Amino acid sequence: MPDTANAGLATLSEGRDEAAVLASVAVDGPYTGPAPAPAPRPAARRWRRNRGWYRLISPVAVIALWQLLSSAGLIPADKLPPPTTVWHTAVSLVTTSSPAYGTLQGAMLVSLQRMTIGFAVGGTIAVLLALVAGLSRLGENAVDPLLQIVRMLPLFGLIPVFIVWFGIGELPKIILIALGAAIPLYLNTFAGIRSVDAKLAEVGRVQRLTRAETIRHIVLPGALPQALTGLRQSLGVAWLALVVAEQVNANAGLGFMISQATQFLRNDVILVALTVYAVLGLLTDALVRLLERRALAWRRGILG
Amino acid sequence: MATRDSGLADIGTAAARVRGLTRAFDGRAVLDGVDLDIAPGEFVAMLGVSGTGKSTLLRALAGLDREVTGELTVPRAVAVAFQEPRLLPWRRVLANVGLGLRAQDPAAAARRALQEVGLTDRADAWPLTLSGGEAQRAALARALVREPSLLLLDEPFSALDALTRIAMHRLVLRLWERHRPAVLLVTHDVDEALILADRVLVLASGRIVFSGPVEVPRPRDRDNPGLIALRHRLLTELGVNTEGH
Repeated sequence: MPDTANAGLATLSEGRDEAAVLASVAVDGPYTGPAPAPAPRPAARRWRRNRGWYRLISPVAVIALWQLLSSAGLIPADKLPPPTTVWHTAVSLVTTSSPAYGTLQGAMLVSLQRMTIGFAVGGTIAVLLALVAGLSRLGENAVDPLLQIVRMLPLFGLIPVFIVWFGIGELPKIILIALGAAIPLYLNTFAGIRSVDAKLAEVGRVQRLTRAETIRHIVLPGALPQALTGLRQSLGVAWLALVVAEQVNANAGLGFMISQATQFLRNDVILVALTVYAVLGLLTDALVRLLERRALAWRRGILG
Repeated sequence: MATRDSGLADIGTAAARVRGLTRAFDGRAVLDGVDLDIAPGEFVAMLGVSGTGKSTLLRALAGLDREVTGELTVPRAVAVAFQEPRLLPWRRVLANVGLGLRAQDPAAAARRALQEVGLTDRADAWPLTLSGGEAQRAALARALVREPSLLLLDEPFSALDALTRIAMHRLVLRLWERHRPAVLLVTHDVDEALILADRVLVLASGRIVFSGPVEVPRPRDRDNPGLIALRHRLLTELGVNTEGH
């Protein structure tokens, strides 16, 4: 429905433009001004407002089914506790600090901090390297082969090496996250810089832009869409790296909570921690998508 | 490498001076010793069938081709409008027009240029929301805002619909009469050349094989009887048989 409304608008504005062209040349009579935009129809508006809720139907149905099957005794509670148990466990983990797990929010903060530091370090290095490689052949020859090699190294296979090099403290965890985040962001930003339309680069030359202006007005904005795609990918990898890193000799954080719970056979606690991981991942992804909508507002013309 | 002088001092009476310009792609000469002078304020149209090097010559004049050999003298202020508008999609129309402009108040100059092409109300629009005609007018504004002594137009109307193209022809003539840059318009449309230009060239086999003035006063109509003889001549030069069908 909204598509039809948009198409109608597009036709209208095109028609108006032609009228404007003609009016500016010869026809001074009939053109009276821009046509009023049609008000969106109520049905279309309601549909748009409800769209978010529609997407919740299937997840909610799955949880309901899970609860139902658990209550009916079809799912053994020690293998997969019902949603209600998971919820109660989550509440008690938040409200009381247990000697085995600490509090949920405490664990979450530790994990979030690792993630933030690792991602910030990895992301910054990735963007800098992509700029060096993307903006000069010399830089490409210096940087790109190394990153292509690093990219092919199995990220989690490096853990034993990192333990030997950096011990079992925070450092190897943060390096693992930074490395995981850096690779997709580097690859996409580099490719984005190199795929900037040569015709637009010619405009820069014709308009006699300086190199700095060309980079600022043409190269970087042109590379941004793909760099943001890379950002989303690297967030995914970074969360994964966090989960794996935290399983290795952590003494705090969500991963520590999970390994403790494994020892006490507390699947409900594991589920709570996993859910927190998932929610944090969804939140950061939503954040990047918001950033995309802001930064790529110019694309709305084609995306409708 | 071509000796490329950018400076009015060397030019003397010409807005552009080309001597023996040659350009080969993979051993095939697309331009084969082209000589061309464009007087200040002169509107020159260059015709040629596809692949004869029209755009190559224009790109050489625009400084976009560094592989040409020969002698090339152009003024410092050269502006280009391409076949596609080539607006930066991530900059609003006004910022596109003012791109790289070294004026005291670039925004005000850009606004004046937009007003001249009748796009004042689209100054804050994203380029992707413009129609083809609007985008091409914005590209014209971007070219004109730097007050060029030489304006290079590379088939800028060929992608437009017929009505919009007529409107654009009139707009270009109006702007040219007001600012008087020398213009080199590359086109494959004989009527477009006849309606707009002071002088029409035909490029074939890498050389200028015909050059003749259009002596009918403007505004010209495409069925003006004074244009018939020249049209026949141009079509013949372009290899189109006009005698009987």
